[in-house]
Amino acid sequence: MSPEQKPDSLMTAEGLRFDGRRPDEMRPIQMEVGVLKTADGSASIRQGKTYILAAVYGPRELHPRHLTLNDRAYLRVVYRMATFSVPDRKRPAPSRREREISMVIANALQPALFLEEFPKAVVDVFIQVIQADGGTRCAAINAASLALADAGIPMKSLVPSVAVGKAEGTLIVDLGDEEDKYGQGDVPMAILPNTNELTLLQQDGSFTREELVEAIEMGVNACRYLHELQKDALKRAYSKRATEEDDDEEDEEYDDDLETDLGEADIMEDE
Amino acid sequence: MGDFSAEVISHIDRNYIADILSKGERVDGRQFGEYRPLEIEPSPVAAKAEGSAIVRLGGTSVVAGVKVLTGEPYPDTPDEGVVMVTAELAPIASPLFELGPPKEDAIELARVVDRGVRESESVDVHKLCIEPGKKVYMIFCDIYTLEYDGNLIDASSIAANAALLGTKYPEQKLEDGKLVETGKMLELPLKNMAIEHTVSKIGSHLVIDPHLKEEMVQDCRLTMAIDQNDNFTAMQKGGGKGPMSLEMIDNAMGMALESTKEIRELIRESMKDAE
Repeated sequence: MSPEQKPDSLMTAEGLRFDGRRPDEMRPIQMEVGVLKTADGSASIRQGKTYILAAVYGPRELHPRHLTLNDRAYLRVVYRMATFSVPDRKRPAPSRREREISMVIANALQPALFLEEFPKAVVDVFIQVIQADGGTRCAAINAASLALADAGIPMKSLVPSVAVGKAEGTLIVDLGDEEDKYGQGDVPMAILPNTNELTLLQQDGSFTREELVEAIEMGVNACRYLHELQKDALKRAYSKRATEEDDDEEDEEYDDDLETDLGEADIMEDE
Repeated sequence: MGDFSAEVISHIDRNYIADILSKGERVDGRQFGEYRPLEIEPSPVAAKAEGSAIVRLGGTSVVAGVKVLTGEPYPDTPDEGVVMVTAELAPIASPLFELGPPKEDAIELARVVDRGVRESESVDVHKLCIEPGKKVYMIFCDIYTLEYDGNLIDASSIAANAALLGTKYPEQKLEDGKLVETGKMLELPLKNMAIEHTVSKIGSHLVIDPHLKEEMVQDCRLTMAIDQNDNFTAMQKGGGKGPMSLEMIDNAMGMALESTKEIRELIRESMKDAE
């Protein structure tokens, strides 16, 4: 029931988008690692008004057992939207859309992971969309990949992801909700940054072959930028944790010093 | 959240929690009647939900969101709007929660929190009527657990109350059988606020706001909803099969009355900041 208004035009006369962005400009992005203490690994992402949490549990024992893979861990991704994350209340039961997106996210992440290290186990990736404002599957992949790294799952690289779309004939990067709904098309993708190979590619709308090639090139560039943001988020989390641990160590050293002092005092008394 | 008496917890932990309680202390250094640090983040879903709040109670955190829809009233209450609270124990929040349709514990949580809001008549449902028998506002408050470290009922109840308090929605009226927005923004007609408060019984001791390990060894818990006039509007004994004497129940009621006032104030303060 939140007011949802269709903008008159998605592009301005100056070639800017209706929210003032350049065609290749992303929305403000904030990624944070280690946000949920109960999980083995976790991350949050805010991309424009989109807000998503991802948690990783595992590798751990797989239930139900019949899903067990004998040569590698089973990667189980569950993408869920909160009922209040969208303008109309979403029904609480998992929808077909949520199931499909869970599957494509798993396929996007899997090529980066060394799941063969954990035969018969499961690595659970739980994604909760708190607020949806376009590009949730891509934002979810960015966050999930950080959560996997935070959980210490061996991986070749992080997996950055972005959607490229088209509004009034112009290719635009990182669609907002209105651009997604009223634009001419949407191409979400995810890449392995070290080889530039695509692990997720979907498309709707209408594009020419040339447009698609250009869209993918734009997307890959945006993903390389996102990859830097992801690495930065990891470094921030772990340098913070490292300084906290350093503080602890200093305390321990202090304790040690006390003990040695006492020891010396004892010796001196003996003398 | 539910009955974890079958859950694995080491004998060392079990004995340690009992021993330290008999010395008058708790494992995390709190007093028996002391709440964990409580933090309320107002309106984290401002763009899509009519009201929302994230509540952090020690290591437990939940997010609540309110959607205001319109629909037909129930035939037996044609001039009353609908208020509904639901809760989900998503596996994102704890290794103890499993995938799949809601189980007993999730259903209990949702129903207990729902009862707290509904029985205290927090929302004046008569004022949610647009056209008797035809259109009413329907208020859905959905709660998602994000981190589970004990006492989900209290955290969820606080989040639901905070989200409802911060809810704003566009006024609508019926014109020629169609709903149109009048352009005015409304706040929910709240006439009461009942906070649920849980007291956990471990051996012969009563503690408030149990964390996860205390919940795992508790004999049972008693949850009470207390409204702004210090009346009890809902109760639930659960979380284990241990019995409770009248004396204990009376003590538990006393403990709950003491701390709900502060919590109610904190909710009002936090949601005021949002405006």
